[in-house]
Amino acid sequence: MKLQFSPEQNAFRLEVRQWLAANVPKQKLPTYDTKEGFELHRQWEHKLFEAGFSMVMWPKEYGGRGCDLIDWLIFEEEYYGAGAPGRVNQNGQLLLGSTLLDFGTPEQKAHFLPRMASSEDMWAQAWSEPNAGSDMANISSKATLDGEHYIINGQKTWSTRAIYADWAFGLFRSQPGSERHHGLSFLLVPLNTEGVTIRPIKALDGEEAFAEIFFDDVKVPITNRIGDDGKGWHVAMATAGFERGLLLRSPARFQQPARRLIQLYRDNKAAADRDPAIAVAVSKCWSDAEAYALSAYNTVGRVNNGEKIGAESSLNKIFWSELDLLICQTAMDILGATGELLGSAPLAKEHAYWLDAFLFAQAGPIYAGTNEIQRNIVAERVLGLPKK
Amino acid sequence: MNFTFTEDELLFRETINRFLATEASPETLRDIWSGDKDAGALLSLIAEQGLSALSVPEEQGGLAMGDVAWSLMTQELGYHAIPDPLVNSAYVATGLLNALDDSVSQKADLLEHICEGDLGFAIGHECSPLVADANTAHTLFMQQDDEIHMLGATDVQTVPNPSIDFSRRLSQITWSAVPKTCIASGEAGKKIWSETFNRGAISVAGQLLGLAQRMLDLSVEYSLQRKQFGREIGSFQAVKHQLADVAGKIEIAKPVLYRAACSLENHHPLSDIHISQARNFCSEAAALAARVGIQVHGAMGYTWEVDLQMYVKRAWALNNTWGDSIMHRARVQDYVLNSDIDLAPSKTFEAV
Repeated sequence: MKLQFSPEQNAFRLEVRQWLAANVPKQKLPTYDTKEGFELHRQWEHKLFEAGFSMVMWPKEYGGRGCDLIDWLIFEEEYYGAGAPGRVNQNGQLLLGSTLLDFGTPEQKAHFLPRMASSEDMWAQAWSEPNAGSDMANISSKATLDGEHYIINGQKTWSTRAIYADWAFGLFRSQPGSERHHGLSFLLVPLNTEGVTIRPIKALDGEEAFAEIFFDDVKVPITNRIGDDGKGWHVAMATAGFERGLLLRSPARFQQPARRLIQLYRDNKAAADRDPAIAVAVSKCWSDAEAYALSAYNTVGRVNNGEKIGAESSLNKIFWSELDLLICQTAMDILGATGELLGSAPLAKEHAYWLDAFLFAQAGPIYAGTNEIQRNIVAERVLGLPKK
Repeated sequence: MNFTFTEDELLFRETINRFLATEASPETLRDIWSGDKDAGALLSLIAEQGLSALSVPEEQGGLAMGDVAWSLMTQELGYHAIPDPLVNSAYVATGLLNALDDSVSQKADLLEHICEGDLGFAIGHECSPLVADANTAHTLFMQQDDEIHMLGATDVQTVPNPSIDFSRRLSQITWSAVPKTCIASGEAGKKIWSETFNRGAISVAGQLLGLAQRMLDLSVEYSLQRKQFGREIGSFQAVKHQLADVAGKIEIAKPVLYRAACSLENHHPLSDIHISQARNFCSEAAALAARVGIQVHGAMGYTWEVDLQMYVKRAWALNNTWGDSIMHRARVQDYVLNSDIDLAPSKTFEAV
């Protein structure tokens, strides 16, 4: 066990830090859930890509930097430490990217990955359906094989930023009469194809953060399928769970707000200390974020040693989503009477940051598999308890 | 940066686990708890396997094992609820002896004794009015401010204080500090006490985590045996989710414990904080495992009959040993809220 960075790792950290210091926009970009903000974030992504910092852990040939996961953790620490913009294309880059790297054909990888790294293509996920939420295997959208194409019909929902995106990826039932997780195919669909209708859904903050996608005889070439026909569930699930959990929410994503919470507490100490529970919560937030970071370094080390990380990654997701809630709830408690203010309010200072974070934290225990489902996974696959 | 154990370390842990599973079964523990047997026979058996020699330097015939490897070992000792003398003598007291100046007469002799299986050491620290195994120890290390005093059994009077953990032998102790018993003082003594306290605290953290895992395993096992409404109670989501939460507390505590061990072994300037943080996480895991364990066992969980009770009570007892839980929480809180150290994401480990 050696808990020090190598000279190369330190050099990488400094390189990232210096580049970010010189390039991170001084003014916070408008939210990427608006058309204008989405475009500005796409430009930022392109800038990151040009500097080689978009997808540091992807191979160089696909627009990455060929870094290992420790370097990725370092990159994330610097990225969040610098207050750099949110990653607008991350659902594609992280969720689909890992799947493509594992299951894509050489042609698919060469075509899609660099365009994803540069955010020339913006991706939305198309998993959920009105009757397939937590029960994802209940997917009913059909992809009917017709020569060299699939004809897609059906409806997807909760598709993040789909109204602005170029492509969607998801699972479709391609084998007639199949049930549950059998007979599904993993398809990539250009959202400008005829027959695609996208209807925005306003999120809690009033922005059109996600959407329903309707497919009406949408024609997609079979070369847009990842993995074999009917094996989509396997493809979607096989990419190591830890990658989904960890890559999607790196520890720095919580360490930075925890650090900010400490500052908020100090700035409002007299008011906050009227209830000693606030100081306890602030301390716990930092300590939990730190523990999540330790856990990530430990997990990455074990992965580097060839260990397989399985269902225990569900524990990660429960942990960070609950931590995020605690951080934001504590901040709202400290802000007190002004906590409800929007950023445009004359009295608002850093209120927009906390209010946005607080609202988005409410979604954490729901997206990427609800925490109830995660607890079931832990109980059944880690502890060996029966399904029924 | 490599936050993992070596294969040797993991193999060692596995070997210890198998040995203790055979020799320290719940039936054996029950005999000790009920007073039918004292712990001596079990401890001798463990010491004979060379486990008393782990921390002893190679010059005295030991294995010179560090705190990182001990963080695996203490989990096994917790998992099997091995009574106090082993960890207190072979780990904490041995660490204290190792830190003493070589000019202290008896240092080498005592280390050799430990190496040969002698577990007759007790440590009295100001964090508690009680000293474990003081009434049977032949050598006691007592704190008087920054001074360390080494006393023999005849130098102290002890008054036993029974604990809810029936395997523990706690005593109040009366003694007087005289110059000839003082073996370290001033800055040196202060440093040794600080390190000894931290080693005691992390030994408890590891044991609590091991106990948490044992309580979880017992509860899972019970939930698969016990049927109500025609099915195993472990198939009910309300039970599953409670057990999943215990697994979560255990999983997140592990890396915190391991980092603390690494800091202690390498004299990291933030060892105090890292160790208290580990204590907090391991305490939380053990506390939840105990509560959920009793709940999952239903009325049986409130009885002497099930094995769970021994591990639950040991966890409760250890929770306030080597610093109570309030002290460890306060130590982290004071650091987080009142120190002027930059807590940026890049500072988890010493970074540029």
